[in-house]
Formats: sequence, C-alpha cells, structure tokens
Amino acid sequence: MELLSVKNIKKSFDDKVIINDISFTVESGKIVGLLGKNGSGKTTIIKMINDLLTLDEGEILVNGSKIGVESKKVISYLPERSYLEGSERVIDIIKLFKDFYEDFDEQKALFLLKDLDLDINQKLPKMSKGMKEKVQLALVMSRHAKLYVLDEPLGGVDPTSREKILKTILSNFDEGASLLITTHLIADVEKILDEVIFIDGGKVILAGEVETLREKENASIDEIFRRVIK
Amino acid sequence: MSFDFKGNTPIYLQIIDYIKKQIISKKYRLGEKLPSVRDFSMQFEVNPNTVQKALFELENMGIIITESTNGKFVTTDEAVIEKVKKETIEKMVEDLYLSFLDLGIKKEEVIEILSSKE
Repeated sequence: MELLSVKNIKKSFDDKVIINDISFTVESGKIVGLLGKNGSGKTTIIKMINDLLTLDEGEILVNGSKIGVESKKVISYLPERSYLEGSERVIDIIKLFKDFYEDFDEQKALFLLKDLDLDINQKLPKMSKGMKEKVQLALVMSRHAKLYVLDEPLGGVDPTSREKILKTILSNFDEGASLLITTHLIADVEKILDEVIFIDGGKVILAGEVETLREKENASIDEIFRRVIK
Repeated sequence: MSFDFKGNTPIYLQIIDYIKKQIISKKYRLGEKLPSVRDFSMQFEVNPNTVQKALFELENMGIIITESTNGKFVTTDEAVIEKVKKETIEKMVEDLYLSFLDLGIKKEEVIEILSSKE
C-alpha cells in the first residue's frame, strides 16, 4: 500500500525553479532515503509533505488524504533545525508532546531518552546541539505514527553517536509504518534503507531498491550517488 | 557487535554468508533456534526487510526451517549442512586461488604456501 504519494510536484521561489516535476511513492513498511546535495530541494519537499510550504503544481497524498489536518495526524516529523529553543526542561517538552499528540507514548519517550543517556530534568539551554537533536529524535520516534519523516537526523551528532541514533530509528518505528529520511551522510545510512531517491537540480535523477542497485552497479549506494551526481 | 558490510555487495547476500558460516562452525547448532528478524536487524544494524530476504533465501535452500508460531530454526538435516560446508569451502578456495593467480603466483607455489601453514 502506498503511504505517501508525491505526484508531479513543482515549486518555485520568485523565478527560481526549486522542484521541477518530482514524483515518487513510499510504500507501507519501507525505509526510503531521499538523497541529494545541499540545495538540491530535499528540505523543500519535506516541508511540502509537512504542510509548511504549499505546492505550485501537483499533488501529495498521505495515507490517501491530501495534506492537511488528516495527514499531520499520521506523520511524525523531525525538522532539519531544532525547535527546542525555550528555557524549559526536557520533561516539560514531554508534557507538551503528550498534550499535543494523541499517539504520543510517554513511557517510550522516557525509555528512549534514558537509552540515549539524556537527563529529563536538564534544561534545554544547557544542552549541546547534538543533545537537543537526540531529544527531538526520541520524541519524534515516540509517536505511533504511520509515516516518520526525518530531515537530516544525523546532522549535528558526532560520528560515534550516529550508530546509536540509527539503532534508535530502526528499533522504534512501528511495524507497517514507513520512514522517509533525508541525509547527505549516505555511507552511514545506506544499510538501513530499502529504497533510495536521488534528487538533483529539482529532479529525480535515479530511484530504486538499494540491494538491486548494489547488485547492478557492483557499488555501494554512496559510490553510485557520487557517480551520478556531480 | 557492529557488522562490517562491504558496500558493493547486496547486504542480504552477506547476511546469508554470515549465517551459513555460523552454522558450519557450529556457532548455531543443528536444530537451534535463530534470533528473530528484529534481533538480527539490531545486531547487524540493517533494515529488517533485508534480514527477512536473507532468511527467506536460506529457507529456500533448506538451511533453516520456519515453525509458524515458534520462529526460525537451523535444519536438523546434517546432509544439508555438509553440502553447504562443501560449497562454502569450495568458494573460499576458489576466491583464494584466483587472488593468488592475480598476483602471478603459480598453483605449485600456492600449495607450498598453504602446506607451510600450521
């Protein structure tokens, strides 16, 4: 079943075309990597899926519904930039999530935060960028969503924490749920992916199953990416 | 344990290879229950669908058996394992031999090098 369907979307800012006719789907139960260089349009697509930007043309359906109240209920979204900017403690943010999302699992959040060595009584301003990103990931993965959209989840964390983050992602998305993940750290992420979509210059350059691509090209996804995207 | 996969080969093939070697070396014994898909996925840090695919192929080869409610087990058929062992060894020798040939080392020298090993 298609959980996410992106059909012929276009987006321009002023006269600059950012997304030029992109289509792809994410099936239920799949982990899909949306890969591209900085400025390729990844975050623009993610923002359109999350109703933070409107489409100029085309259509996005999430679980059969157009983008809006219904789609937001089933998407758990990790933005590229942290929104944890207040002076609260982690525990206050947990309460906020509990009030805000029906599908939020507080026990799971507490477990994940502990697992990531984070102190729920610590105040956000006292935390490093990497710690805040971990808090946010733990909260996002604690929702029982249908589609998890993670925009650069490894962005601000040090290499030794990356493995832990990937494990957290792998072990915490519900069965039948799907994951759309953007990253420029392809080598780190490729082993958890089912499918990849390479975008460049606002277009899909290559898309397919990772194992099929590895077999066909006799190369890692990271290498294939560097071959096709200059 | 983190698992070091080669980037240019499908991961499911590398998982098949790993599990076969675990069985041949008796780290997984005949009839022993295997870890679940989720456990393997965590152990290797790979996509669960990739593990599923590897286990499916191993089942087609008769190396593992699914008991619908209990999970997956190593076969109890010794002949199957013997065959896997033979094939695996042949493949390893073939690879080794080819890499020696690549270096321009002759068969006689290969035999000499191998027999000098304890």
